[in-house]
Amino acid sequence: MSTGLEREPSVAVTEDELEALVGDRALARDDHLNAPGFVIRPDAVQDVLTDLRDEAGFDHLANLTAQQYADRYESIYHLRKYADPTQEVSIVVPTTTDDPVSQTAEPVFRTADWHEREAFDLVGIDYEGHPDPRRILLPETWQGHPLSEGYDQEKPQLVTLTEHANPVQPDHHDDESDTMFLNIGPHHPATHGVLHIETVLDGETVVDVDPDIGYLHRCEEQMCQQGTYRHQIMPYPDRWDYVSAGLLNEWAYARTAEDLADIDVPEYAQIIRTMGAELCRIASHMLALATFALDVYGDFTAIFQYGMRDREVVQDILEDLTGQRLMFNYFRLGGVAWDLPDPREEFIEKTRDFLDGLPAKVDEYHDLLTANEIFQVRTHDTGILEPEVAKQYGCTGPVARGSGIDYDIRRDDPYGYYDNLEWDVVTEDGCDNYSRVLVRMQEVEESAKIIEQCLDLLEDWPEDERTVQSNVPRTLKPDADTEIYRSVEGAKGELGIYIRSDGTDKPGRFKIRSPCFHNLSALPEMSEGEYIPDLIASLGSLDIVLGEVDR
Amino acid sequence: MSSEQPRQQIYDSTAPSTDTRDSRIGEGADDRFNSKLREAFGSTPFILTKFDKFMNWVRGNSMFMLQFGIACCSIEMMHTYAIKHDLDRFGAGVPRASPRQADVMIVPGTIVSKFGPRMKRVYDQMPEPKFVVGMGSCTISGGPFQEGYNVVKGAEEIIPIDIHVPGCPPRPEALVYGIAKLQERIRNGESTPVVVKPYELEEFGELPKDELVQTLADDIDEEDLVMRYNWADSP
Repeated sequence: MSTGLEREPSVAVTEDELEALVGDRALARDDHLNAPGFVIRPDAVQDVLTDLRDEAGFDHLANLTAQQYADRYESIYHLRKYADPTQEVSIVVPTTTDDPVSQTAEPVFRTADWHEREAFDLVGIDYEGHPDPRRILLPETWQGHPLSEGYDQEKPQLVTLTEHANPVQPDHHDDESDTMFLNIGPHHPATHGVLHIETVLDGETVVDVDPDIGYLHRCEEQMCQQGTYRHQIMPYPDRWDYVSAGLLNEWAYARTAEDLADIDVPEYAQIIRTMGAELCRIASHMLALATFALDVYGDFTAIFQYGMRDREVVQDILEDLTGQRLMFNYFRLGGVAWDLPDPREEFIEKTRDFLDGLPAKVDEYHDLLTANEIFQVRTHDTGILEPEVAKQYGCTGPVARGSGIDYDIRRDDPYGYYDNLEWDVVTEDGCDNYSRVLVRMQEVEESAKIIEQCLDLLEDWPEDERTVQSNVPRTLKPDADTEIYRSVEGAKGELGIYIRSDGTDKPGRFKIRSPCFHNLSALPEMSEGEYIPDLIASLGSLDIVLGEVDR
Repeated sequence: MSSEQPRQQIYDSTAPSTDTRDSRIGEGADDRFNSKLREAFGSTPFILTKFDKFMNWVRGNSMFMLQFGIACCSIEMMHTYAIKHDLDRFGAGVPRASPRQADVMIVPGTIVSKFGPRMKRVYDQMPEPKFVVGMGSCTISGGPFQEGYNVVKGAEEIIPIDIHVPGCPPRPEALVYGIAKLQERIRNGESTPVVVKPYELEEFGELPKDELVQTLADDIDEEDLVMRYNWADSP
């Protein structure tokens, strides 16, 4: 466990230094609200990104946004630092409408691989030199690029149901072949939803893993682009990471839109938000533990039921607060929907009761899980994810912290009330499945600490200062062409949103940076060369939610 | 037997302890297998009923669910299976991971184009008679994602559905109610209404040769199964 004080201070790069570094490769400036932006030529992508990574320390490709304007396509690389995520820079790469070809960034950041596949799939930009230019979310046979201009949604589409070919050896039925091709999913109890993993086995060893996603791609970005800022977008974030992490996701949208439209949030509302979000984190980590036990032990046994039991209590509390068990829709731009439920004392007491019982329950989990020898054998030293590899893939959240990367948006890029509370960021440097479980279990305790302090504050808050919402105009119309990328620490990691406003009351482009998308892309690194059961354990320890991977 | 004293047999004798059994069985002949039902029948060990009626009664009270998680609703579905709500109380079984062992499929989430054919395949693999519970708004109409370019406007476009449980997501109580209703229908011998399913798995070669089929002709074999989505005709 560590605090922010022990970390190496990162050297701040000033804007002048950045300008000097990019030099005359910058065609123009295109600043975003969160970061300075440089427009570069499509053939200088690798050059510029390498310089920024090696010379200026921008080692985290947080996001890649692709979009189409009336006269051009644009790819935006959002870079920041693991050591200090408040230092950001955006690299804007425009390409022409007729020939949208841009250089791939895959050799510089591995995570660009999946991102560029997604950009090709949904928007239609080609990346020259990309090692694997396939569609990623939509079926291979899809016609057109749905987020590009003039896409006709009414046109019919064909989807095939065919065998998958063995990518390592041509025919897996062949007697000569040493490897076996195995489909895991899309309907499989261990994939936590509808994930399809194309696996090639040599005996019992995994030779090749290719996660095939998109079985739950339900057009979240399109839905958000169709909704008005004020009320119509907020219900959707609940459904990205649907494992009770609703408030954490809502905060991602609230933070981005509030910064975009310059809206203040009352302090009292920030405390309620912080408390609600941490309750969600507990519920989410409980499910992660429960299903991980389900994966490793194999059935609906005690630990799964224990996890569900504790989640029921959290869900009850959240239902008292928000009115819903799972899809809360509780945050509003500029605050929250309503104050704590009446009678307040009862709610506070109920929440305190839960927190008081939590240490005993955590001990129980330690007895059942982490202290269990079988569990240790299964998880210790399996699914190794080295910190350098994790950074290349843009891993964040408990997955990164289990690899010893001390990165937590709540502390490093503070929002809400976290700054004023006493808590620690948990890291473990085992880099294996066991560490990731340990991180989650300790984070539950840290969340409990935060909630406890919030409750104390809420209890003593003067009655006439309980403002839950600031004044927000009925219709929000941020200035045209304002661009912003903001993130919060979701249950699974850095959950970011990029919004470009086009002067109307709906976003021009709404891009979701999903932590699970990045974490899942590192699965091949963790499981190739290990056994099949370790692959399942690694997948479980990543704690992915397909709603967020596919969006 | 919940006394705090150790059993006396430990010191006295190594014979098996039969206290519990004795108190349960009571005096006289063993009637452990007798029940209230047996009492109702009177002295005869035979019952006379229609076979269909008997089978419906059995089916309704022993349903194996398919462990089938798709989206948000599957979280509430897990809570329905787990403690507190405990669906097993209603004779609706523990979830089975294989469709070949399942009677009932709960469809808990949004169906998108890529998953449609796979869901159809899973449904086809379930043995007859099989029943489907559509959980949540997405399986009714596409729900909040109805306008999405990739979203099938309701699971009923692909497979027949017996019971719809509305909600986004439905509470576990609502799902329990839906399943109780399904059991009631099965017990009463009501069959699934025949629905028109617009989306079927077909061989690629048998599709009418329109523009889309011609574009894809090089990529797809004639015998490959495909599902064709006519988005313009969707509700």
